[in-house]
Amino acid sequence: MLAQQLVNGILLGATYALFALGFTLMFGVLRVINLVYGFYFTAGAFVALWLTQAGFPLVLALPAAAVGAGAIAVVLDAVLLTRLRRTKADELSSLMVTLGAVLALYAGMAAWLGPDIRRLRPGLVGSGALDLWGLRVTVAQLLILAASGVLVGALLWLVRGTRLGLAIRAMAEKPDAAALMGINTAGLAATVSFISGALAGAGGVLIGLNFNAIHPYMGEQMMLRGFVVVIVGGLGDIFGALLAGLLLGVVEVLTAGYLASGLKEAVGFAILVAVLWTRPAGLFGRTDVRRA
Amino acid sequence: MLRRRIALAAAVLAMLAVPAHAGDPVPVGAVEILSGPNAAYGIAIKAGLDLALEAVNAKGVLGGRPLSLTVEDSGGTKDGAINAVRKLIGRDKVAAIIGPTLSNEMFAAGPVANGRGVPIIGTSTTAKGITDIGPFVFRTSLPEADVIPVTLKKAIARGVKTIALLYANDDAFSKSGFDSMKAAAEAAGLSIVAIDSFGSKDTDFSAQLTKIKSLKPDAVAISALVEPVSGVLLQARQLGFGKETLFIGGNGSNSPKLGQIAGAAADGLIVGSPWFVAKPDKLNTAFVAAFRAKYGKDPDQFAAQAYDTLLILAEAIDRAGDADPTKIRDALLKTDHTGPLGPFRFTDHRDPASTEGVVVLEMRGGAFGIAQ
Repeated sequence: MLAQQLVNGILLGATYALFALGFTLMFGVLRVINLVYGFYFTAGAFVALWLTQAGFPLVLALPAAAVGAGAIAVVLDAVLLTRLRRTKADELSSLMVTLGAVLALYAGMAAWLGPDIRRLRPGLVGSGALDLWGLRVTVAQLLILAASGVLVGALLWLVRGTRLGLAIRAMAEKPDAAALMGINTAGLAATVSFISGALAGAGGVLIGLNFNAIHPYMGEQMMLRGFVVVIVGGLGDIFGALLAGLLLGVVEVLTAGYLASGLKEAVGFAILVAVLWTRPAGLFGRTDVRRA
Repeated sequence: MLRRRIALAAAVLAMLAVPAHAGDPVPVGAVEILSGPNAAYGIAIKAGLDLALEAVNAKGVLGGRPLSLTVEDSGGTKDGAINAVRKLIGRDKVAAIIGPTLSNEMFAAGPVANGRGVPIIGTSTTAKGITDIGPFVFRTSLPEADVIPVTLKKAIARGVKTIALLYANDDAFSKSGFDSMKAAAEAAGLSIVAIDSFGSKDTDFSAQLTKIKSLKPDAVAISALVEPVSGVLLQARQLGFGKETLFIGGNGSNSPKLGQIAGAAADGLIVGSPWFVAKPDKLNTAFVAAFRAKYGKDPDQFAAQAYDTLLILAEAIDRAGDADPTKIRDALLKTDHTGPLGPFRFTDHRDPASTEGVVVLEMRGGAFGIAQ
């Protein structure tokens, strides 16, 4: 049972990490706590839902959902945040603006589509579970695990190993200086919004596939966990988000499995408080916060 | 001229004030949710009431007087329910009231009717304590605490000896259903091997289910709304729960949405229901046929409960021999009625006395049928 519970925890943690990747990227670079992120997650899941309902296979629907969510992110971020960025408003302002916006978006979506749970067409991926040495995992769960690993690697490469990454890091470090060095910061902000939104959209599809539940508020439900992962992992720390996601998943599952299922959330959020007390820069962060 | 007008007005007033006599309608009222997000319940109930009204008025009450039914919209709010009850009693002088739709509304509006001495009968109010409001408050809907033992009896007949309980710990409805399940399981002598909970918005139940699976209970009972129950079943099948485990649902699982959301994963789940559309007895098939003929669709549980309740009320008015609310109240207590819901009597505390009408349903191929 312990082995299966650990597997459950790692798979759950991978969903948290997958959700949090784009969120932490956006925070690290754009320095906005962008709560609309949860909406991009929902939007991606719905795009994939409609495409697969129209008969497209998942291999097409998944990238299309990521691009769609990325495009939505570029537009919404430009509308909501450009003004704040121009006036160099602090992080609290972005929190407030995006909180209001995301609640309006969720409610509007629920009013338009109804709050009902929708399902992706069965048979998109093998719906049954695989039995690997007595441990049960589903194809969707393996996809999430693989996607989390691959995306973390790709993001680290993008940020650390490319010219675009250099520009992103420069902007994360000091936007004004970056602009003076000839970096198109507005364009770069849009690029980061797009990447972040696309990550959210892809996460929405995979997580919607795994839990087989797509509805307007699905992003909101992940958001609190996303917060824990991003803060525990260190704001803007991509690898930290992966580790923190896995940690949160395993801790939640072990608490529910061996302690008491009612304490699951309590333990998860207690970790958040403990981390903020003892290591405010995140479990894996340095005192001097590395932003990207 | 002026004098003539006054005389005319006086004559009109005199006509309005004459005491009721044979042939005058007997006014009764209903308070239901006819608008807003929960309107589906109220509209189903109104359909049941209207159908029953036709049946009653075919011969009338109190020797041929028709029943006149005024249905007021509560909008699903406590204020709306209170205003509707006041309007029915003050303006329409109703002899009795059916409704309101929700337990919360009844807790608000029940005391108003009770204070004025007008019987008020809930047809869909299942919460604990409804009839504690006062001696004029009745209900015809079985509380969940009465339905669960019937479901468990069916499980025990299938050889269930050990059970795990799973419930959503963040809504009152699921928690109260769980309390009923636990009490009923203990009373039935089942051994409870695990009690686990989850949040009603959770999507991951793997930890709880893995733990329960390792304990190998004969049955798993779930008290939650239909969406999380569906999620639990889907994940349980992924984690390898098979036919050897009987899944038992509470009131929240008694919804066709379960089959639509969970599909084949829900197959085999059993749930107790106060009524079922395909219940084969004669009174029920006649009711379903009449409902289909009038509305072109199948009735649901709420329509059936409302239909039976108006028949029960009409019989009580006949027994009372008068449209006097207090006499009707006393007559309601002597109810001995058989309708689509089965045999029906009230307890001294004005709750349904019998669970004979409860049907245990089983999910098969995405739809409920009667459990064998």
